[in-house]
Formats: sequence, structure tokens, C-alpha cells
Amino acid sequence: MERSVAITGIGVMAPGGVGKKAFWDLLVSGRTATRTISFFDPAPFRSRMAAEIDFNPELHGLTARQCRRLDRAAQLAVISARESLADSGLEFDTVDPHRVGVCIGSAVGGTTTLEQEYVVLSDSGKEWDVDPAYLSPHLFDAFVPSSLAAEVAWLVGAQGPATVVSTGCTSGLDSLGHARDLIAEGSADIMIAGATDTPISPIAVACFDAIKATSPRNDDPEHASRPFDRTRNGFVIAEGSAMLVLEELEHARARGQHVYGVISGYGSRCNAYHMTGLRPDGREMAEAIRYALDEAKRPPESVGYVNAHGSGTKQNDRHETAAFKRALGEHAYNVPVSSIKSMVGHSLGAIGSIEIAACALAMEHGVVPPTANLHEPDPECDLDYVPNEARERRLDTVLSVGSGFGGFQSAMVLTREGI
Amino acid sequence: MTITAPGTAPAAAATRTAVVTGIGVVAPNGLGTEEWWSATLRGESGIRPVPDHSTRPGQAPLIGLIPGFEAADHLPGRLLPQTDRVTRLALVASDWALADSGADPAALPEYGMGVVTSNATGGFEFTHREIRKLWTQGPQHVSVYESFAWFYAANTGQISIRHGMRGPSNVLIAEQAGGLDALGHARRVLRKGGELVLTGGVESAFDPWGVVSHIAGGRVSRSGHPDRAYLPFDTGASGHVPGEGGAILVVETATAAAERDAGQVYGEIAGYAATFDPPPGSSAPPGLARTARLAMADAGVTPEDVDVVFADAAALPALDAAEAAAIEEIFGPYGVPVTAPKTMTGRLAGGGPALDTAAALLAVRDSVLPPTVNVERPVPGRRIDLVRGEPREARVEVALILARGHHGFNSALVVLAPNRMAAAPAGVPAAVRHHT
Repeated sequence: MERSVAITGIGVMAPGGVGKKAFWDLLVSGRTATRTISFFDPAPFRSRMAAEIDFNPELHGLTARQCRRLDRAAQLAVISARESLADSGLEFDTVDPHRVGVCIGSAVGGTTTLEQEYVVLSDSGKEWDVDPAYLSPHLFDAFVPSSLAAEVAWLVGAQGPATVVSTGCTSGLDSLGHARDLIAEGSADIMIAGATDTPISPIAVACFDAIKATSPRNDDPEHASRPFDRTRNGFVIAEGSAMLVLEELEHARARGQHVYGVISGYGSRCNAYHMTGLRPDGREMAEAIRYALDEAKRPPESVGYVNAHGSGTKQNDRHETAAFKRALGEHAYNVPVSSIKSMVGHSLGAIGSIEIAACALAMEHGVVPPTANLHEPDPECDLDYVPNEARERRLDTVLSVGSGFGGFQSAMVLTREGI
Repeated sequence: MTITAPGTAPAAAATRTAVVTGIGVVAPNGLGTEEWWSATLRGESGIRPVPDHSTRPGQAPLIGLIPGFEAADHLPGRLLPQTDRVTRLALVASDWALADSGADPAALPEYGMGVVTSNATGGFEFTHREIRKLWTQGPQHVSVYESFAWFYAANTGQISIRHGMRGPSNVLIAEQAGGLDALGHARRVLRKGGELVLTGGVESAFDPWGVVSHIAGGRVSRSGHPDRAYLPFDTGASGHVPGEGGAILVVETATAAAERDAGQVYGEIAGYAATFDPPPGSSAPPGLARTARLAMADAGVTPEDVDVVFADAAALPALDAAEAAAIEEIFGPYGVPVTAPKTMTGRLAGGGPALDTAAALLAVRDSVLPPTVNVERPVPGRRIDLVRGEPREARVEVALILARGHHGFNSALVVLAPNRMAAAPAGVPAAVRHHT
């Protein structure tokens, strides 16, 4: 029999406040953290908004050398990993380091640093050739995103399997799913897993401008991320990181540790259709959901909350609404569905793990976070999207889904321990 | 063969033996599997100066580059504007691997086919062009394809679309080691119910910015002499030459391969393990030897069974010493032939271990060990049997492939010859077909 995998630690770096408590407070309040971009002059861009994190790395325990060496995505990963490790109560001098692994998701890795370094090396693009006299010794860490897993592994001296999962915007779910599979099969007992992305840099903003995927509602940034609302017009780019401590359930029980929930099912599929397009019928996402529920041995009717991908593009909202109906049947109309991207934006690969953190905290507190900015429902999206107000509800089984460029569709089921 | 390793999957998995039935190679010393393999056996290197590249002080003048690759000869025109060179290479390698296997994706269940690749450097040249446009002309000039031509998932996504593969897919990165992680994960996908996975790794990031980014890692040789630049285990070891390319393999369950009467079974992916090194400053030993032992135990083989080791071959004195020590510790002095055909291609990041695995499977097929070239002065006192200069005839039934990724990643993979496959279901005369 496969081993069960518990969540025993949570760490979050999300827009609107540092740490998992500030994150949860934001979600429950229905406030939003989207604003006009402050990291660079956004004037030339079509979409000039983002959900940014205000933090000082030195105040969050990073050494001067870490501040110099670590790309912003790595900084978020390290800070959120530390929070999750403290939350887990694990004492690593009593744990076999060979049985501790790391799996970090990231869609775009060290993009921010790469672009900054490129601008210097090329003198703002003047030449196709670049001048190595301006080479930063830390450029390689941004060049090769597996450095993210190394930085987290070094925090605790992890010597088990370590890897980065990079499946675009499903990286957050897929990194947790991969880590969960490694524990379930016996390759590790503890995994530090989650995802980080810091794409608020000119090239990332420009590439989503080019395909009009991001919202141009620049005069109203606080209300620009409007999943499932008739007036929505794209997502709002964001940065963030969530790291979870995953632990073989009996290992957690043996040390009497609090368990947020069990990752009981995980499925991933590809649509094999288009690198950015989605077929309106949602069949591959539905298949991922069906597989995840099957693995969790839970019927569709058991799902008490669906954390939607809910990016706020028309294409996505209709695609996943169709997927929920296909996978959950009549129950799709009865279960609360919400998108926290309405509040913390879309941090590409990171958001999937941030959303699983939200799901675990939702089970913990018995509260369904709302979809902010939902005032005029799209008639084609006719489910219960929990508009604007959080809702109290005991949750025993929670479903979270993700959808991303490349055609990736992933679904994860969390269940309360013992259910 | 009953050793149980920690990490061995449930017994039921044994009925889902992962076999390699197709190989597609894009390498600096050969485009196409047989072209590359014959060049490798002839000792022909693909390490050459970067064309049209400035040779400012400090820039690597040598790269393992694939000459004469015209994507338009192999791929539909509509794919060209939306893909970087790395994705074009990966698509072509996938096409060739599928053709070699004879598998018809249209005849297989769509959710039973997956794509698992490693790619540590993304679509770099493409994004270089687009970032330059952004900074010199403005955001409205950035390509509509930039959002997905750069990211690390481009290869898996495009391969999946091209062949209608809708099953569990992934992209794993651990610098060099990620190439083996992809193959190990492909086996996991089959064990969980998949039937066929296109898997491996391909890299290419050698526009001027990419070249400099490789150099930034601090491990690239400064030598300007193609036959002296990359010398693993040699007294002249002074870093590696980075290169482009890699391999994509078709991996299927033995049952699926038998049911569709596959033309050949190259061998089984029988063992895999991954670890991470102790943190810098730790007195604990590096993880390579432990990784190799875990992979062998997972495959149910002992060191005495292993016929050849494909070395990671970092070509830095300390890393070479650690690898030689790990090999000697496991196999004894001169206990097993060790080779590094990557001396003819350079290190291909995620593509390298996939190419080494292809080499191991062809070593099985042809009973020959590919050589390590240019190593003329092995470091005295390192008691490893390096296959130097010329290929060596040898029957190969069990091969171990080692890979280390920058920052401390270790992975190891064991492949078995068809006649050694532990769990070949009745009615699969793979070995018979293999030798005809």
C-alpha cells in the first residue's frame, strides 16, 4: 500500500503581506494586493499593474551574501521555506538527511536577474554581442533554475532527491505532486516542496502584453483581477512563493505533529492542443480532476471547495467552468468555487503552491476564501464563485486546479487527516 | 535479483517494466542516431569554435555545436516562428525516436502517452532577440511567441502537441543531472499506468549571451584547442566545454511494446536514484557513490554485474577525484570500464545524460564501449579503467550512467540488456528480436 503524505508546515510569501498569517488575513478579508507596477516605469506597457511583495530580505533573515547571491525568486523561496520549516516543528539534527528531499517549482526561474544582467552585459541591447567584462559571478545561478532547489536544500542539509519542476503555470501543483509521489513511493520521508516565481520584469510584462493575456484596466488596479466577472479582461501578473513541508503521515504522527491535511490525489494531463489556447470543453482538466479524485478515493460529491485556476481571462474561466461540470457533474453547481488570483494576482508557477497553502488553511480554519471583484457574473460561468465575501464551511475534501501554457492541466485533492 | 532498495516501488510495478524502443539523437558530432554513434566510435569530436563569435578575453572560444541543422528540412514551417533552436532540436529528436520505435501515437490511448523532458537553459537565443527588441525598440515589438518560446516547458509542451500526447507529462531540472531525472520519472509514469513516454533532454543556449552565461558558472575550460579543452581524469583537466543537443527516447512498458510487436527493444531502464550533496562546508562525503549504489540496488544488480560506467566527467581536478574515488570505492581498483564519450560533444546540461543513456543502449546492442578521447595523461594514482582513445569490444548487459548537476545534484541510472530484463512477461521474445 502506498504511503500517505501529510502537510505539516506552511510558509508563504505573497503580495499583500509577508508570511502565512498575513496571507490568510488578506484572503479572508477579500482585499486585493494588485497595484500599479512600482519596480520599473510601466508607462510603455499595455498592462501596467502587478501584485508586488514589499519586503526587505535582510529583515527576513537573509545574510548579506544571500542577498547578493540569490535572485529574487530564490529569496522568496528561502524565506518561505524557512517559515514552513519552523511551522513543521521538525528538528533536522534528529532526521536522516538522506531521507529529506526538495522539489521546487518555477515557471520562469531567474528571469528578473537574467534580464537585469542582460541589460548591463549588452549596454541596454546596443549590441547583439555582450561584454563579459560586466559578467556577474552569480549570473549562472539565474541561468540554471535548479539553483533554487539547491538553496532550499542547503537550509537543512537535505541529501535526498532534489529537483526543480518547471511546467509553466502548473509548476506549483506539479512540484507538490512530484514531491508527494516521491514520499508515497518511498524515495524520501520528508520533502520541502512548493514553488516560487518573480516575473515582474519588463520582458515578462511585455510577453503577456504581446498576446493580450494581462488586463489593461490600468485606471483601477485594485479591481483589475476579476475572475468570472463579465467585465474581466485578463490576469494581473504577480510574484510569490509558497513552500510546504510534506511528510510521510506516520512519521508526522509518530512525533505528534499537527497535520494540516493529506495530499490524497494528484493528476496531470496535457491538452496537446495549443501552447496558449484552451479548448472550451475543458476535457483534459476534467480528466486530471477525475484522476486525482480517483487516486484520493473520494467521489465528486465529497468535494467541499474548489480552488479554481481563475486567472481572469475569458478563455480560462469558461474552460475550467466546463471542466468542473464535466468532472463533478451536478455537484459542480453545489460546491463553492473561488479564485484567490482576484486578490494576490497570478504569480505563474508559484501560484499553484500558494493556492494549495490557501486550501490547507481553508481546511484548517473552516473558511472558504472569496473571489474578489466579482459583481457582474458572466452568464457563461454559472457556478457558485463565492463573490467578495469569505464563507464559513467545514471542509474535509478540497480540490485545486491549475492550467498553463504548454497545455498543462493539473489537479490536486487535499483531505482532512483520517477522512 | 531480489535485492530490495529503499525507494523501490510496489511489487505490482514489476509488471510494468520500462523498456526503451526508440532513440533520437541530435549531437554535435552527429545528427541522427546512427550518424552520431558511428562518429562516436570513430572518435570524431563535435567540439569547435563558435562561428562568428567574438573572442574577447575570457570568452570560451569552443563549444560542442551541431553543424548543418536546418529545422525547415524537418519541421513544418508554421512551427519555426514560435520555437527556439532548442525546441526545434527537441522536436526533431522526438520525431526520430518515435520513427525508430515504430510506435504510432494515433493508435495509442491519448492519456496513456506522456512527455517528460529536462531543459536547464530554456529557449535562450529566442529570448535574447526579444529582450533586445524590448530594450531597443519597445514592448510592442516583442514576439507573440515570447511567452512560451523561452520557458523551460517549451519542449515538453510542443512535443506533446505535435504527437497528441495527453498523459502525465513533466519538466525536471537539476542542471546536468536532470537528464537522468527525466528518464527515471518516465519509468515512474509507466508504473502509475502510462503506456509510452517520450523522454530525455535537449539543450541549446549559445547565442553570445548564452555563451557568457555558461562561462559564468566558472567551470568552462579556457583552452582554445579542440583536442585539449575538455580532458576529464587527465592531468590537464581544466574545465569542460559546454555543448548543445541531447537525446529523446521512447520508453514503453514491456507489455505495450510486445503488444504492438515493437521492432526492437534496446534495453530496460531498470534502476534509478537521485540525491543531493551535503551543504558546502560539510564534512560529509558527496552523494555520488550513494546514488550509484541506490540505483544498482533498485535495478537488482550488484557492482560485479556492471559492465560499463558512463562517467559524469566534470574535468575539474576535485570533481574528477571525487568521481574516480566513488567508482573505485564501489567497483574496486580498475574494477569496471569507465568511459566519457561526452569528450566528443561537450557537456550538454540536461541533454548529456540522455545522450549517455543512448550510448549505453547502443553499447549493449553492438557489444562495444565508446571511447573517451583526448585523455593522454590520466592523473596518476586514480585506479579507474578509462576506455581511452579507441572503442573497446565488450559484451554489455548492465550499464551504469552517472550525472552530477552544478550546485550538488547527483543522479544515476542503470540500463539492462534485453536478455537481462528481470520481469519480461511471457511471450516477449525481446532478446531474440534484439539479436536478429
